[in-house]
Amino acid sequence: MTQNRPWTPYLLILPSVAFLALLFIVPLVQTLWLAVSSDGSPSLDNMQRMVADINFTNSLRNTFLLTLAVVPVQIAIALAMGTMVSKVGTGRETILWIWTIPLGISDLAAGLVWLSILQNTGYFNTILFSLGLIERQTGWLSYQTPVALFFAIAVAEIWRGTAIVMVIIVAGLNQVPKEFKEAAEIFGAGPWTRFRKITLPLIRPALQSALILRTVLAFEVFAVVYALGGRNFPVLVGEAYNWQNQNQNYGVAAAYAVLIMIISLSATLIYLKALKVDPERLP
Amino acid sequence: MANIVIDRVRKSFGAFQALKEVSLTINDGEFVSLLGPSGCGKTTLLRIIAGLETASRGDIRIGDKSVIGLAPKDRGLAMVFQNYAVFPHMTVYENVAFGLRRQKADETRVKAQVAKAAGLLHIEQYLDRYPNKLSGGQRQRVAVARALAVEPKVLLMDEPLSNLDALLRLEMRTELKTVLQSAGTTTIYVTHDQTEAMGLSDRIAVMHGGIVEQVGSPVDVYNHPATRFVGGFIGNPPMNFIKVPVSNGKVVVGADHLPVPREAGAEVVLGLRGEAVELSSLPQGLEMKVRVAEPMGSHLLLTGSIHDQPVRVILPASETVKNGDTIGLKLDSQRITWLSPESGKSYSAEMA
Repeated sequence: MTQNRPWTPYLLILPSVAFLALLFIVPLVQTLWLAVSSDGSPSLDNMQRMVADINFTNSLRNTFLLTLAVVPVQIAIALAMGTMVSKVGTGRETILWIWTIPLGISDLAAGLVWLSILQNTGYFNTILFSLGLIERQTGWLSYQTPVALFFAIAVAEIWRGTAIVMVIIVAGLNQVPKEFKEAAEIFGAGPWTRFRKITLPLIRPALQSALILRTVLAFEVFAVVYALGGRNFPVLVGEAYNWQNQNQNYGVAAAYAVLIMIISLSATLIYLKALKVDPERLP
Repeated sequence: MANIVIDRVRKSFGAFQALKEVSLTINDGEFVSLLGPSGCGKTTLLRIIAGLETASRGDIRIGDKSVIGLAPKDRGLAMVFQNYAVFPHMTVYENVAFGLRRQKADETRVKAQVAKAAGLLHIEQYLDRYPNKLSGGQRQRVAVARALAVEPKVLLMDEPLSNLDALLRLEMRTELKTVLQSAGTTTIYVTHDQTEAMGLSDRIAVMHGGIVEQVGSPVDVYNHPATRFVGGFIGNPPMNFIKVPVSNGKVVVGADHLPVPREAGAEVVLGLRGEAVELSSLPQGLEMKVRVAEPMGSHLLLTGSIHDQPVRVILPASETVKNGDTIGLKLDSQRITWLSPESGKSYSAEMA
């Protein structure tokens, strides 16, 4: 069939390619151009303006700190969850279903959930007050309490974003035949050694995917931060948003967008390199 | 080295009784096969001995020490799995060294033991490779080397050859026998392949429906099956079972009157190995109607009926019998097993 009409496959994938090109590649090229041009000619003005801005260093530092704090914790929690649920017989599906609920909530909604907990009149303060631990409403999310604010955002992000890591890791764990663990057990490996020497190396591909996905998403953190901290906790995407909407300066906003992209791409490349998966060493 | 005592072990999975009450003693240095069809409980029993599964009831003693409640690693055993379970992310060397490293053996001992085990299994040239670069047979060698490297008191093997192709299986079987004989390790070998069990074992425990039907040497189990199941499961073709009437404590077979055990009633089941016959003439011999005669080269396989009951017998290749012939057979009376038609057990086994 296709030998007679060699263009048929191309014709069939054309719509999706055109759609992606139109809505992804064109804006990407435009953004790149926007970032490195000024009044229609190449220029580093936007870059310089971005770097010189008062919030630039803060937002860069905050984004990196948040990523460094959130992603490892998410991986660790997801590994623990995945390992625990693999021991469960009946009810496993239900547990997984409950654990993945946060996946179904938009990040802004997730931010608002945690806002209702942590704001001055929120549930957290109510509980602390009823336990007699505080005497009056305490602010956790203001610019005067940067550490508490950082923690609040980190916790909300961990709550919201761990499920996807867990889903990937559970899928990875399911790929590991139980004989490997049993063999390790027979030959004297305790639970920790089995995890470190057998499970972890064998779920490397899943771990790699989870790390890339979560890290890229962590560098794009915005809505949760915006809901909880507003501009008290500047992050890169937040700055891009402000330059775009408040300041109406599309050039600097584009510069931020390009910076985020470069960071994400670098992180991905580092993971691909550092966690190189040799297909020869997989089951 | 150690003996193994399996003492009234039971195992249930929910309402399903996988093991109904199994007792078996395996002597120090002995090679015992657990042989049976799938679902007979043989793998469950092996996994209980290994500590990968817990018995619902009963005791397991290795070297006269109860191992109930002990972790697998504290039982002094090694295991070879059906699908090898050779770690794909480690080199062959690291795979073989895995157990030794867990025992915190020093590097000289690790090197020496790996070299020894690799030498026995002829995998020295693959030590630096990863298992995925190896064939199934080579991987199974790695798995056996990994087990022997720790010099276990007991070696457990769960259908280790069943994933290999027929030719390789035969080759590995011979080699396993040589290797294990020189190692002298007490071995329990689970298989559904009767030729493997016959060829390798000192003794065979034939399992069926969660119980051990018979334990004995390969020759013993083959020639004197304790039950109809054992006779039918072991041997190719399986044992023939012919129901015959008894009169005055004797059974009429052609011109012969063969005495049957005193316990026999009005009818008895004559258990006959296909090759325990020779061609004779009628009416001296037992009459057999031949439906199909298949010359197999090494022998002649006849399928047909005796007393209207289906049988398969084997004659020397030199005999000429055609489809549809009626022939007379002389039975080797020493090799007849008399079984009760009611219980399906052999009378000699019932008395024992």
